[in-house]
Amino acid sequence: MEKKDHIFSYKTLFYVLLALLALTGVTVGASYVHLGKFNVWVALGIASLKATLVLMVFMHLKFEGRALILSFLSTVFFLAIMIGFTFWDVAFR
Amino acid sequence: MISQVNEPGKTDEAGKKLGMWLFLYTEIILFGGLFVLYAVYLTRYPNEFIEGGKELNRIFGVVNTIILLISSFAVAAAITAVQKDQRKLALWAIGGSLGCGAIFLVNKYFEWGHKIALGIYPNSERLLDGPDGQNMFFGLYYVITGLHGLHIVIGMTFLAVSFGFVLAGKVTAKRFALLENAGLYWHLVDLIWIFVFPLFYLII
Repeated sequence: MEKKDHIFSYKTLFYVLLALLALTGVTVGASYVHLGKFNVWVALGIASLKATLVLMVFMHLKFEGRALILSFLSTVFFLAIMIGFTFWDVAFR
Repeated sequence: MISQVNEPGKTDEAGKKLGMWLFLYTEIILFGGLFVLYAVYLTRYPNEFIEGGKELNRIFGVVNTIILLISSFAVAAAITAVQKDQRKLALWAIGGSLGCGAIFLVNKYFEWGHKIALGIYPNSERLLDGPDGQNMFFGLYYVITGLHGLHIVIGMTFLAVSFGFVLAGKVTAKRFALLENAGLYWHLVDLIWIFVFPLFYLII
């Protein structure tokens, strides 16, 4: 099977680590800026960006086939339904 | 993928990985449910949650985030090392991530210990007599960080087993699904922390 292309170099991994550490700094910095309700959204946005980096590079999702990509996206989709519908319920009680 | 299974002496590495991912999806939904609880109570008790967040020590949060990110990097590097047949480096990397996990748990011990000393623990008088939102915040704090801590322990066990298999030469460049799956689990634990950290420690 395709072997060679499925290896991340140490350099790539290290740069991703640096990016993750930098984003941690950004999220801590952003928490000192008062944006009201948007603080949570900024924090979640940065966290999602970090999560994407971990998923794509550390967890090799970038190299995976359709079965894994689609099943992962479905999980995220169902998570969104779970969160969305709960809020729908709570907001209109 | 299919041809691999039919060849004698070969195992279905892709299948093993898919199985791990299916398990990880259930973990995502498990923690997702807890995050839903967090989100709902955050909108109900925004002020108490902000007060609660101020009680948590940011230094512990930041240090533990950095530790987990480094350990995730180490595990990813260990897989690259195994793929390149650099066994010694792989062992060092797995050992390093195990060390990071241990430091994380020690930090957690001191952090929880400090909170408990202040009278903040499930069913404590301070929480029961205080506002409901505060009780909710720390209840979720203990459940989510506790469950996450349990995952750290399981992940470390899984990594330690992989360490043994790499040492024994049973994990090789051609067959490393065990280490890869241990790594996937470890990264998931890191992923959860990436969301726990800002939601609990950085909320203002």
